[in-house]
Amino acid sequence: MAKAVAWVRARLFNTPVNALLTLLILYGLAVTVPPLFDWGVLRASTSAADYAACRQSGGACWAFIGDWYRFILFGRFPYDQQWRPAVTVVIFIALLLASSDRRLWHRRLAVLWIIGLVVIGILMWGGIFGLPYVETELWNGLPLTLILAVTGIAFSFPLAVLLALGRRSGMPAVRVLCVFYIEIIRGMPFIVFLFMGSVMLPLFLPENLTIPKLWRADIVFALFIAAYVAEVIRGGLQAMPRGQFEAAQALGLGYWRQMRLVILPQALVISIPALVGTFIGAFKDTALVTVVGFFDLLQDVTAGMNDPHWRGAYVEGYAFVAAIYFVFCYFMSRYSRYLEAQLSRGR
Amino acid sequence: MSELSHTAAGDLPMIELRHVHKWFGAFHVLNDVSLSVRRGERVVICGPSGSGKSTAIRCINRLEHHQQGEIFVDGIELTDDIRQIEAVRREVGMVFQQFNLFPHLTVLDNLTLAPIWVRKMPKREAEALAMHYLERVRIPDQARKFPGQLSGGQQQRVAIARSLCMKPQVMLFDEPTSALDPEMIKEVLDVMVGLADDGMTMIVVTHEMAFARRVADLMIFMDRGEIVETAPPAEFFSAPKSERTRLFLSQILRD
Repeated sequence: MAKAVAWVRARLFNTPVNALLTLLILYGLAVTVPPLFDWGVLRASTSAADYAACRQSGGACWAFIGDWYRFILFGRFPYDQQWRPAVTVVIFIALLLASSDRRLWHRRLAVLWIIGLVVIGILMWGGIFGLPYVETELWNGLPLTLILAVTGIAFSFPLAVLLALGRRSGMPAVRVLCVFYIEIIRGMPFIVFLFMGSVMLPLFLPENLTIPKLWRADIVFALFIAAYVAEVIRGGLQAMPRGQFEAAQALGLGYWRQMRLVILPQALVISIPALVGTFIGAFKDTALVTVVGFFDLLQDVTAGMNDPHWRGAYVEGYAFVAAIYFVFCYFMSRYSRYLEAQLSRGR
Repeated sequence: MSELSHTAAGDLPMIELRHVHKWFGAFHVLNDVSLSVRRGERVVICGPSGSGKSTAIRCINRLEHHQQGEIFVDGIELTDDIRQIEAVRREVGMVFQQFNLFPHLTVLDNLTLAPIWVRKMPKREAEALAMHYLERVRIPDQARKFPGQLSGGQQQRVAIARSLCMKPQVMLFDEPTSALDPEMIKEVLDVMVGLADDGMTMIVVTHEMAFARRVADLMIFMDRGEIVETAPPAEFFSAPKSERTRLFLSQILRD
């Protein structure tokens, strides 16, 4: 007890300003937490038949989530086949967890990803092994968010590396081109490019060439975040001491080998915290595909809230989706801190 | 391309600079520098800071480019042609003041990188070669460590071994002991003396005059971008012709 008092004194009341801040925060918590707990847990209803019944108790209406969670997560994917997107989500999470373990960073990890993505493709599309074919229009909800985010980031990364190198290139034409690309993309909102990809792009493509909407959005998404990722990587490149370039040159390594073997392995490590920040932003940006008619998590929950039985369950629906986003983003952010600590050790 | 084919060896200089000029903006950093180094010759360049001595040797492997004059290395002229430049860099080793080891690679990987990727040597062979040179600089037991775990003197010896793994015709040293604590200078100089005794062609920018007396065939004093004096060490230290050389030597040899 004495120890606890000492700790509180040393950490929370060590200066007048800190004491004041502590009291303010305590007051804030006292005002918000009990009502929230009361609403979300004590008076919440998990079994009501509709939103009106929920209102009787005056708490949160989690029964809405219970009724609609499958549509929120998997959207219009055929109901009896929804184990397929569910397994897809599990595979994605397993792949992401495997990639986060540094001991597994090896060529085998790339093989694992390729196998994983092939399995995901088979599961989602179907058409073989007795799985009914499902068109990409019906890939909704969480799998859609994950597919957009993961493939978008994966495709953007090599492009971003090239853009970052190009922006520092000694060849003026290459440099101007890269600067132009990066600044154009960064100078306009993502939604503009989404509309261009989904509405304008088909007008310019030949009649017989149709790219499914999902892949158009995915390509636009990758092209868009590549500009941001490129700027992050450029920061890492600029932090490299000149001596590293000179030593690599003096050994007779050509440009691409200097970059691949000496410069990028170091510059990318420096960039990790900022890269993860960019990826978290990109993950959340996938929600914008709603505006061009995709049924991602956000659109799915909106559909649920329009159900006459549950009209009004906005807070519950958005809280559920927010929680899903939060879990993924929080994991990414924790992971970047862990990785920073790992990589700075022993150097 | 004709320059790429080696002209019959003989007395052709290993390195030749003819009337080289270079400017950093308005600053005339190299002013009509001419220099000829024969195979097996050891040249020590000294001079006050800002005299252009580092820039001069950095021109020899084109870390800096000259704006006037000609530079030949083993008969290959340094031009903007990247193939010529890379051909020269394969034959010219360089040791830097700040070591410039690759911190993300182990000592062994630092040494095998260029042999494997530039010389296309099989990994096993490259590692045997690397261990040979690590023994030569007397730190074979550090092969699996990362550069950051070594002392400055050890890092510089690794850097020398890394250059030697490319079996260069010439070694350039750019103030190799200036960043070292005094007690580590000797271990690096000992390695360099050993190299000189084996007949390596060397150009060394340094203020270590005892080392210079011991190994140099030729002393060069540079000041304000010019070669002020060129002489064998005996003459250079006992009877410098130029007043500027005399002043510099009196300052550097005071203690």
